[in-house]
Amino acid sequence: MQIVVEDLAKTFRVSERTQGMVGAIRGLVRRKHRTVTALGGISFSLNAGELVGYIGPNGAGKSTTIKILAGILVPDRGRVEIDGRVPWKQRIEHVRRIGVVFGQRTQLWWDLPVIESLEMLRHIYRVPSDQFRASRDELVEMLDLSSILDTPVRQLSLGQRMRADLAASLVHSPSILFLDEPTIGLDAVSKLAMRAFVKRLNRERGVTVILTTHDMDDIEALCDRVIVIGEGAILSDGTLAQLRNSVTRERWLTVDVADDSAASVGDEDATVIRCEGGRVCLSFDPEVVSPAELIRRITSRNAVRDLFVENPPIETLIARMYQRTR
Amino acid sequence: MMGYVAIVAARFRSLLQYRAAAIGGLFTQTFFGLVRIMILEAFYMATTVVAPMTLEQSIGYVWLGQATLLLLPWRTDEDVAEQVRSGTIAYELARPLDLYGLWFARSLAWRTAPVFLRMFPMFLIAMVIVPLVAPGWELAPPSAASFVAWVACFVGAVLLSASLSALMSVTLLWTTAGDGLPMLVATAATMFGGLVIPLPMYPDWITPVLYALPFAGMLDLPSRVFTGNITPLDAFYVVGHQLLWTGILVALGRWLLSRGVRRIVVQGG
Repeated sequence: MQIVVEDLAKTFRVSERTQGMVGAIRGLVRRKHRTVTALGGISFSLNAGELVGYIGPNGAGKSTTIKILAGILVPDRGRVEIDGRVPWKQRIEHVRRIGVVFGQRTQLWWDLPVIESLEMLRHIYRVPSDQFRASRDELVEMLDLSSILDTPVRQLSLGQRMRADLAASLVHSPSILFLDEPTIGLDAVSKLAMRAFVKRLNRERGVTVILTTHDMDDIEALCDRVIVIGEGAILSDGTLAQLRNSVTRERWLTVDVADDSAASVGDEDATVIRCEGGRVCLSFDPEVVSPAELIRRITSRNAVRDLFVENPPIETLIARMYQRTR
Repeated sequence: MMGYVAIVAARFRSLLQYRAAAIGGLFTQTFFGLVRIMILEAFYMATTVVAPMTLEQSIGYVWLGQATLLLLPWRTDEDVAEQVRSGTIAYELARPLDLYGLWFARSLAWRTAPVFLRMFPMFLIAMVIVPLVAPGWELAPPSAASFVAWVACFVGAVLLSASLSALMSVTLLWTTAGDGLPMLVATAATMFGGLVIPLPMYPDWITPVLYALPFAGMLDLPSRVFTGNITPLDAFYVVGHQLLWTGILVALGRWLLSRGVRRIVVQGG
């Protein structure tokens, strides 16, 4: 086990005040504090070389977990061991071997060209210069950075900046990479490039990756294992298929018929969940009715032009899972 | 060590980009320097009391004040303040460096880059141009020994100023939008640092206190070493004073930071 997390808990104190002028004045004299539980004792463990998606709604505790694992925050209780080290106790030795990217913030020096930021990081991590040159050239090639190396960071687009940020997190060839919402705000092309890179990094270099995201396509494209967290507790931990099965067995059948006959499509073992023009989407449980049987019944009653069966999108599963915990 | 050096160097380079501010500052400071010298001269002409500093020493003091003014802790390091506000401090903690060392290095660059940018042109004006235009108003050390002693005191002043700046940065961990404490420190530094009037000209009963405070070591004492008001030999005391305060401020900063890091809350996302 490369990463072991046991009963990890963290609370924050949030100051509150009543609304309006009166509240503001009262706040000067007496502050009210409320304790918010970010993590309520979570446990999981990871092997070296895993690529794990860590998902949950806003405020679920994802970033808090990442920050504790990265040695940035100190938890209230619980045990964390990464390569045998406790991140917040042996912070300096620990962070030497990890890379972090927080999608909403940059680790590059705003006023300096990208290459100078990389050079700085080389000094900070004490990477020997021949090793640095090799990994720099590799990163430049993999992330297509050659055209932006000499540009000051403030002049980069978000997609370019994210690629540069990824390179910055890998200058010292870490064995574990924490990515906190690395695709946030990126366009489709940049997202694809980012995914391809992370996948390659994991496959070719065996880097362990923990990835938080709100983009379920990231998860589908990258992660063999998904940990779902909600309100500070782990809701599910397993493969994507296991996650699906734990929430619902439901599958979707979409059929295309003539516009005027769409209303007549239906079956006693399936429910119509969407009907747009000539396209009807039915949800069914394969244990109750097999897909083949359902298709046979529907095509015998309707003039079907086209059809396909799919799993409900992962967003839907997650949304249901979150609702269930409320 | 290379890590800290790299950070200082990078800060220098990014601060040196703001040349317009430096040129503007240079003009303002030359102008105010001349105004202050005229006022001082008028005072010296009007009194029969023997001042604790000669007119030449006071004039030199004014020029040095104008040249090294930015060494005083006017503001907290804007980059650190921004990091604390925006949460980028998370990245600072993710580096294999001692956070206090990192912030001290940043403070050092933050304090010295603008000073270096203005000090040399200011010296050129006060030592070369002023004597041609207005003889008697120039900046000139009385001896080479005084100048060498000043260089040592200047290094001490830089360290002292950086340690106070680093301490101010650390306090940002407690006051999210905190400009209160830095403003208080800036006022104290202006008053007690010798920028309004040289410290020897304060009433006698208060000068021992002012000399003992750290602010004296940033501008007042080094300037008086340069002008010969303090002998090169006594400059050893000045450096001792600076190093003692630097030690105290570093220890305080370290202690506060170790407590602050435990209660860090990285907000949002």
